Amino acid sequence: MQNSENLPRLGRLAQAGEYSGPIDLKSYEANQLAHWLKKMLVIRYAEEKIADKVVDGTISCPCHLAIGQEAVAVGFCESIRPSDRMFGAHRSHSHYLASGAPLDELFYEVRGMLEGCSKGFGGSMHLYAEKQGLKGTVPIVAGTVPLAVGAALAAKMDGQRKKDSSNLDVGVAFFGDGATEEGVVQESLNLAKVYNLPVVFMCENNLFSSHLHIDLRQPTDTVARFAAAAGIKCEVVDGNDIVAVADASRRLIEHCRSGGGPVFLEAITYRWRGHVGPSEDRDVGVRRKDDLDVWKRRDPVRRLVDSLVAGGKFTSAEFDKLQIEVKDQVETAWAKTNTGTYPAKSMLLDIVYSSKAQEQII
Amino acid sequence: MTSYGEAICKGFEYLLEKYPEVFVIGQGLWSPWYVGNSMTDLDVKFGKDRVLDSPVSENACTGAAIGASLCGYKPVVVHPRIDFMVLATDPIVNQAAKWAHMLGGQARPSVTIRGIINRGGEQGAQHSQALHSWYAHVPGLRVVMPATASDARDLLIASVLCEDPVVFIDDRWLYDLKDDLGPVIEQDLSQVGPKVRRAGSDVTLVGASYSAQLCELASVELAKQGISAEVIDLRVINPLNTDVIVSSVKKTGRLVAIDGSWGNCGLAGEVIASVFEKLGPDHFKCAPLRVTLPSAPAPTSKFLESEYYPTTDKIVAQIRQKFFSNRIEKTLFAEAVR
Repeated sequence: MQNSENLPRLGRLAQAGEYSGPIDLKSYEANQLAHWLKKMLVIRYAEEKIADKVVDGTISCPCHLAIGQEAVAVGFCESIRPSDRMFGAHRSHSHYLASGAPLDELFYEVRGMLEGCSKGFGGSMHLYAEKQGLKGTVPIVAGTVPLAVGAALAAKMDGQRKKDSSNLDVGVAFFGDGATEEGVVQESLNLAKVYNLPVVFMCENNLFSSHLHIDLRQPTDTVARFAAAAGIKCEVVDGNDIVAVADASRRLIEHCRSGGGPVFLEAITYRWRGHVGPSEDRDVGVRRKDDLDVWKRRDPVRRLVDSLVAGGKFTSAEFDKLQIEVKDQVETAWAKTNTGTYPAKSMLLDIVYSSKAQEQII
Repeated sequence: MTSYGEAICKGFEYLLEKYPEVFVIGQGLWSPWYVGNSMTDLDVKFGKDRVLDSPVSENACTGAAIGASLCGYKPVVVHPRIDFMVLATDPIVNQAAKWAHMLGGQARPSVTIRGIINRGGEQGAQHSQALHSWYAHVPGLRVVMPATASDARDLLIASVLCEDPVVFIDDRWLYDLKDDLGPVIEQDLSQVGPKVRRAGSDVTLVGASYSAQLCELASVELAKQGISAEVIDLRVINPLNTDVIVSSVKKTGRLVAIDGSWGNCGLAGEVIASVFEKLGPDHFKCAPLRVTLPSAPAPTSKFLESEYYPTTDKIVAQIRQKFFSNRIEKTLFAEAVR
């Protein structure tokens, strides 16, 4: 038996101030990288808009922002296709937007409007984008992890029925480091492995669960050991390096698609805002106050831009132009919601069951 | 004649034969004894890819069934004891029940969660519970409790074909009950509700599953004593349709709700409250009666077990005492005079 001193630790990956320089762009084309940059900016500016609207009271539902973590969602979704089945959690604006789902429908949704992605019934924490492969995001911690395993079971059965298991759709569970403290994650890892299911456990380890640092919750700061215990192929990456995330995601997802069984990706990142709402929560919990500014130097957006500019693939002027373009896109999408409508009162009862309330014998 | 347990098995055979998107997952499905005779040889007939025995993971297996149901499948997850299904409460109550509503009605988990009530035989507090009222409390779940062999087969089929998440609860004490099964007619579960099993005019007896059987047995006994009882089998307890009960009580003026679970916040109380709410006191000849378990966990000792569970004799005695003590005295008096 190992004691906690023998457990692997993240080391530099978890240390504020490390990995702040440019990233290795490998052989990626400028177009591809600019496309990722734009998606990351959409997430960041959309969430900044949401934060502002929480502050001014236009939005009243609880909003958990992923500012600072954009590279994980964008890099990961690069290898996802619409027939895949992704499940998210409470902090899933980034997953929704990275999947390619419409920005305006997210904005309508956080205002509780019928035009929203969940018809105004979801708010920030319950998002749906079937066409993009996002089956749903809901906030019970770890609650969707077994659902993703079941979606992968369905994908495996699809392969068996088509008699072709060489290019399977995958189930995806997005979850945080805190979720690994729930028993159902351990059950899910075990189940996925014994059934050899094409499921990707995509853990964003931002070192915090609500206010509490992982060192106060677990005997070590990395959660990959749970995958290892279940015999599941796993990688640990710098989640603020979009190229590293995209490459690892592609490798792991391909492994899944070809019938190799479940995979686990632990991406180390850091959220800039508090657990919920627009505040930075500097006064909450251990370490956060001192670390936040240093962690901001590992900004996934800034590092990509610096690398692009340093590599001559992008000019500062082009970046300025892109920022303006994305800000305009966000403003335009938000403006649309001012003429949105609320769900009809009858929907409250009518969508509880598949048959409308008045058609049932109740 | 087909027994209740065999009828469930026939329901599974029908579904697995006709619908390739149906599969079954749960503990003990490759074992000959876990679920009585209700799933015998399904894995042999339909393959271990469609009848999946599982690790000891109620939570993850139920969640997985829900996930698969969102991807075009119609899974049935089997909990051989409903006590252990408590470990799957999050996926049932937080996920399946609310999924459609949280996402604006755009996606529905068409999953069936089968829980088996299995008690008696000194099994004790954690191997005896009947927790159906918990699930019936939650909007979004349909909760089905068959009392006859025909319903066991046909309501299982209706549950699995239903687009909504269904908690299907069967009772091992009913497994030997026999029925003539006709051909399968697929039913729309949203149209299935309480049914009058026996017509009567003096008192209305209401129960679900094994309690509905107790109502029938009690009605036979009551008839011998000159009391005409109408028996209503609830069949579906969420959403609960009380129309049939309301009509019956209008006629009888007396209501007895029998439930094999506890009284507080339970099914029997719900039946009485909703019927009373609709009818008002004028329709009642006297206060309604609830027959439930004592407010204690199930004991192990068989001596205490016989105290614990409602039986036909106990129900008949309570009904006579509560509603017909005058009539009984008169009958006894008349007999004495004769």
